Amino acid sequence: MRMATDWFRERAARFRERQSRLPSDLWVKCPKCLEAVLKSELRQTQKVCPKCDHHMALTAQERLEITLDPGTWRPFGGLAQTADPLSFPEYREKLQSSEEKSGLDEAFIPGEGAIEGEPVAVGVVEFGFMGGSMASAFGERFVRMIEYAAEKKLVAITFAASGGARMQEGVLSLMQMAKTAGAIAALEDKPTLYVSVITDPTFAGVFASFVSLGDVIISEPRARVGFAGDRPIEQNLKVKLSPHIHTAEFQQEHGMIDLVLPRTQIRPALARLCKIWSAERNSLAGSGAEAHPNA
Amino acid sequence: MLRTWLPFEQPLVEVEEKIADLRESEAEAPDKRRQARIAELEDKAEELKRQVFSNLSSWEKVQLARHPRRPYTLDYLNIICDEFVELHGDRLYGDDGAVVGGLATVAGRPMVIFGHQKGRTTKERQSRNFGSAHPEGYRKALRLLRMAEKFRWPAVSFVDTPAAACLEEAEARGISQAIAHSMKESFRIPVPIVVIVIGEGGSGGAIGMGVGDRILMLEYAIYSVIPPESCASIIWRDSARAPEAAEALKLTSEDVLRLGIVDRVIPEPLGGSHRECYETAQRIKKELLAAVDDLEKLPAQELLRRRYLKFAAMGQFLDERPPAASGDSTPASAEGGS
Repeated sequence: MRMATDWFRERAARFRERQSRLPSDLWVKCPKCLEAVLKSELRQTQKVCPKCDHHMALTAQERLEITLDPGTWRPFGGLAQTADPLSFPEYREKLQSSEEKSGLDEAFIPGEGAIEGEPVAVGVVEFGFMGGSMASAFGERFVRMIEYAAEKKLVAITFAASGGARMQEGVLSLMQMAKTAGAIAALEDKPTLYVSVITDPTFAGVFASFVSLGDVIISEPRARVGFAGDRPIEQNLKVKLSPHIHTAEFQQEHGMIDLVLPRTQIRPALARLCKIWSAERNSLAGSGAEAHPNA
Repeated sequence: MLRTWLPFEQPLVEVEEKIADLRESEAEAPDKRRQARIAELEDKAEELKRQVFSNLSSWEKVQLARHPRRPYTLDYLNIICDEFVELHGDRLYGDDGAVVGGLATVAGRPMVIFGHQKGRTTKERQSRNFGSAHPEGYRKALRLLRMAEKFRWPAVSFVDTPAAACLEEAEARGISQAIAHSMKESFRIPVPIVVIVIGEGGSGGAIGMGVGDRILMLEYAIYSVIPPESCASIIWRDSARAPEAAEALKLTSEDVLRLGIVDRVIPEPLGGSHRECYETAQRIKKELLAAVDDLEKLPAQELLRRRYLKFAAMGQFLDERPPAASGDSTPASAEGGS
């Protein structure tokens, strides 16, 4: 196993360093209501503003910390790394600054861990890495994670936060929509529970591919989610959309999302789903049945 | 709008119009000198075609892909199919004019065919939403795919859309879900699926009907993750730099073939498909039948396996896969990784 603990420690150190550079060590201003909030309090609320309930953005690492049992996170090793297949203008520079900013090597971080003792495969999108956009390495990592989950019969969980497909890899990024959908289609032969969690913001090629293909789709409240963002629509089609359209609540109202849950209730919900899935895993282990009769 | 030509075609169009005029007079009263003049102009037109079309930029190809005179799905179906019965509706909500489809025979063989459809007149453009499909369009296509599965007929998808619909009604009825679901289900339909990109392969709207076993593309079609104008306005905050963005996005058939996304490019007649719709249709038909012949040799399971691997191999990245972290159950991965 690659030194998963080192990986984590390294990133934690970088994260702390960034934090300490903030003007105040004790207070944070809520970007929504602009009230000052005690950092210690935010840690308790999982970065949800105690004054206005705004769900502040989490880094991929923070997401893993509040989701998994402590010390269980093991990132996959030997992951696909991003190239610059089109020699796209300024792509390398953007990748480099994203790496420096996030301490990560791509926007999709897959691995495994446990939730209340139940093993899970989990992939988190880091919005801080090129807007969480999906390109070749992202798609490859997703597929590998899903295949791994299917192999081990683990619940697969993804947390999305993305502007969509990454334009710097052109049509190769577009094809990742089909590639990730293909990986989920393959689960019909090797069923494993896939839970897709939407966080603010999740749009376009990412929402219109694997995110919408969860067996269970959960979202944080008021997350902006949709097919095309307001800005491109206003620019191209010269129409103004009500901002309500691009919310998790609108999508839920129209039957596209199962559950809109406050951040603090997401881990408990995942834990319940894992418990249900473990009953399935146990029955499979007991009966020795390899696959679904319809497969 | 119908009479619109692209600026770089203008010199050619002038000669072509002159020829047409002379031919008209010729029909009334034949004249030797006029005939010679026509022959002369025809040579000139050929020469101009060669000049204009031999060295097109990516941006010029984008304009050709969007050419208001470019043949659309139904124009080709009229020529390719012996019989075609158009079917309507997704059996869930409504009928989307931006996607047409139905049952057909091509060279005597039954098939299911569907595709994006743009409009020709102002009124038709509106009723077809400029070829931007709503969720009903993708669900109609899927309904037809299921029919292909039931009858064990091959399915054909014509791709030609600027993008999927994205306004409130599209969101309310789940455009993202419809596209995602359509892609996913396409991986499970155990009959040959041939995809032909005939014009604009516009981002999610295109790939939502773009999963298949054989992906063909017309020479002057494009396939892109984002319109070059939008790309330019994001990178340079200037949509006027679209020609540069078109170059950078590698969206021409030549580029897309090189990137391993399409299997074959179908050359267009000199001057583009909008000058020679019939000939283009014949070329499409020939390629389509060859692809179907080839794919029908495969057992269904093998067909599906290859379809999965085909898309799993799309993308280019650096493969960094030393000893696996968590056991070696690392399953099949992209062979296309570089």
